[in-house]
Amino acid sequence: MASMRDIKRRKGSIQSTQQITKAMKLVSTVKLQKARSRAEQTNPYSSYMYQTVSSMLAKSGNIDHPYLKAGRSGAKAVVVITSNRGLAGGYNANVIKLLTDSRLPKEEVWVYAVGGKGKEALERRGYRIKEDNSHIIESPSYADAAALCARVLAAYTAGEIGEIYLAYTHFKNTVVHEPKLMKLLPVELEENDGSAAEPGVLMNYEPSEEEALDMIIPKYITSLFYGALVEAAASENGARMQAMDSATSNAEEMISDLTLKYNRARQGSITQELTEIIAGASAISG
Amino acid sequence: MAEESRLFEVEIITPDRIFYTGEGDMIEFTTASGQIGVYKNHIPLTTVLSPGIVTIHRQGEEDVIAAVHSGFAEILPEKVTLLAEIAEWPHEIDKSRAEAAMKRARDRLANRTEEIDVMRAEFALRKALVRIDIAR
Repeated sequence: MASMRDIKRRKGSIQSTQQITKAMKLVSTVKLQKARSRAEQTNPYSSYMYQTVSSMLAKSGNIDHPYLKAGRSGAKAVVVITSNRGLAGGYNANVIKLLTDSRLPKEEVWVYAVGGKGKEALERRGYRIKEDNSHIIESPSYADAAALCARVLAAYTAGEIGEIYLAYTHFKNTVVHEPKLMKLLPVELEENDGSAAEPGVLMNYEPSEEEALDMIIPKYITSLFYGALVEAAASENGARMQAMDSATSNAEEMISDLTLKYNRARQGSITQELTEIIAGASAISG
Repeated sequence: MAEESRLFEVEIITPDRIFYTGEGDMIEFTTASGQIGVYKNHIPLTTVLSPGIVTIHRQGEEDVIAAVHSGFAEILPEKVTLLAEIAEWPHEIDKSRAEAAMKRARDRLANRTEEIDVMRAEFALRKALVRIDIAR
């Protein structure tokens, strides 16, 4: 059995770790609340944008537009949104796993990394990192999303990349976050999508349909990027909050276990001392 | 009744918030091909916005005005939705900043060099002018 001093020291170290995890949990709870309300405010814009674009494409069936056709190049750009900091449970690993398990061959993927953890993990696995924009996840702004979108689209229109994907963590609610990998360009419509606006309305476009698409698609992609950034930030804090919560309760469990062990050791040593004293006294008087 | 039925829904949405929702009987804004005014039962139209002032009229009430830069508008007979990347109320605009931006953009356009993106400078100038105009 470990000595009393050893047990005490171990208990102390776990206690201070617990204090840290508790504080981290509180911090991420506050951050989560902020990030969640932002995500909720962003939602109407992205969903309206999605509706507009899909109803536009559904009605204008076969326009010949570069954004709707696969590019010449086989290269695929993947925007991977992870966090800069760890201690968030499986948050980063899940996004990485989604990409490594996908059918996208490693050689053809160009990673536009947002978030240092994702960049490091993919770099280790031998992916090509095209860009590292890790700072923008700290406080996602629409301007950052627009700048990133402009760079990715420039590579797309220049023919350097043929497809654009987005990997991020979708924030469903405080406890459920699912990693998602979606294809952005060329735009693919989900079949049987009921949300494609009421049929029968014949939409007119000004200037022309092509020009309107030219203008709207980049905004659509930007809104998706921005929505993903904001949701990822919320998911990150949600994941960290959960991870820290379970770390705190694990620490609690270990502490109570160690307290029990410590008391047993203490009792054992007292009993032993007593036995020794009694034995000594009876030897003298005997 | 007749008065009532002239109203239609107006929504202005930006990436960060729902900027405005309400009703009006006429809305004016600037598109890439010029200023337009929209009444109820307009033909369905999707059009590209350029920097300008949006004015929502409603009989018997004060006009609602705001600055909107870049985005697009979806016009349906019963509803007009503006999806704007940036939208601001007059009181949110920092006039001195807008004036500085105007000066910067003018300078850039006046001394054109190879590396200046003329389109961007013109866009910045237009944004600044709209801001100054609306802040008065």
